[in-house]
Amino acid sequence: MSSKTQILDFIRGRYPQAEIDESQDIFALGFVNSLFAMELVMFVEKTFGVTIPNEELRIDNFRTADAMSALVSRLSSDLAVA
Amino acid sequence: MTVIGVIGAGVMGVGVAQNLAQTGHEVVLVDKDERILAEALATIGRNARMSRLMGGPSLDPDEILSRITTAVGAAGAAKASLVIENVTENWDVKREVYETLDAECGPDTVFVVNTSAIPITKMAAVTGRPDKVIGVHFMNPVPAKPVVELIPGFHTSPETVQRTRDLLTAMGKKAVDVKDSCGFISNRVLMLTVNEAAYLVHEGVADAESVDEVFRGCFGHPMGPLETADLIGVDTILYSVEVLYEHYADSKYRPCPLLKQMTDAGLHGRKSGRGFYTYTSQS
Ligand SMILES: NC(=O)c1ccc[n+]([C@@H]2O[C@H](COP(=O)([O-])OP(=O)(O)OC[C@H]3O[C@@H](n4cnc5c(N)ncnc54)[C@H](O)[C@@H]3O)[C@@H](O)[C@H]2O)c1
Repeated sequence: MSSKTQILDFIRGRYPQAEIDESQDIFALGFVNSLFAMELVMFVEKTFGVTIPNEELRIDNFRTADAMSALVSRLSSDLAVA
Repeated sequence: MTVIGVIGAGVMGVGVAQNLAQTGHEVVLVDKDERILAEALATIGRNARMSRLMGGPSLDPDEILSRITTAVGAAGAAKASLVIENVTENWDVKREVYETLDAECGPDTVFVVNTSAIPITKMAAVTGRPDKVIGVHFMNPVPAKPVVELIPGFHTSPETVQRTRDLLTAMGKKAVDVKDSCGFISNRVLMLTVNEAAYLVHEGVADAESVDEVFRGCFGHPMGPLETADLIGVDTILYSVEVLYEHYADSKYRPCPLLKQMTDAGLHGRKSGRGFYTYTSQS
């Protein structure tokens, strides 16, 4: 399963009533509050085994499943290089 | 530099300690055992790290944590100039803590009661310094909420009120003055709302999502009452409704059986991973 699909499944699991696709800004939908941002960070770090550096902890990296999976690939390739 | 004691390292104590530390105060954080304290420090580090993402200032977790020491047992706050107490919303638990604090702390130490509903005058009467006991009802999450209720008890002195106001200002808080009364302003209304919302789910009128959607969509509230219950702690909601029920001896505060069952089942909300909603593990 791609990281994007896993992230989408996680969001849909928490907000079953919403129709969410990968490019949708979940924070613009009105029912996702900032506490969910924190849950997303925990989920991404645990599921993909990455640590998100402080400078990447910006809301823009978590607005869409696209943005989150891009962040994951960025961090995983850093890992592979290091 | 004076030290502020924070008793109870649960949902509120963690927030109060972080808020104090990020505004430059030295803190001693107290709870019943080392395990809870270790978890509390981890939570503070994590919350500080997430601060900017949650709309707060950018914080350095190590710097915040360097201002917080921990201790087991209320006597650990003996040297504090002011103590903010945030233990479980239960009369016997709080009474025991105040007896210890009163015996261990210096005569000038101010005791700030952070409670959802317990009358401040009643709490102050447990101590030999009712003039130095005052209520501050912090909101959750503490670092993100700029307004608190400030509740002097019957005997609270003007000096105590002023010292507390000064600390709140230094913490970045605005205080709304409220006379001492069980549940103050916020929880006289909020706890009944949450309790009634729980009844709707209990009776099968609607599920939690629908109840919350009405509050968000129709009333423009940022969160519905049952999401709020999960944030506050379902057990804390139950204890607060019980305090209101006992204090006013009025059946309108009768606690919803669903809140009792959820509390017994360990469905305490965000802090336990599940309440009206399910959350991923935060640790
Ligand atoms: N949760 C909220 O949103 C909220 C908001 C405002 C006020 N309050 C009030 O704040 C207080 C704390 O609530 P909470 O939500 O943090 O509860 P909580 O259950 O999350 O935490 C309470 C903590 O107190 C500790 N404790 C219990 N007995 C102790 C003792 N003898 N010595 C030291 N520590 C002890 C427990 O171990 C626990 O860590 C309550 O009075 C509550 O009504 C809660």
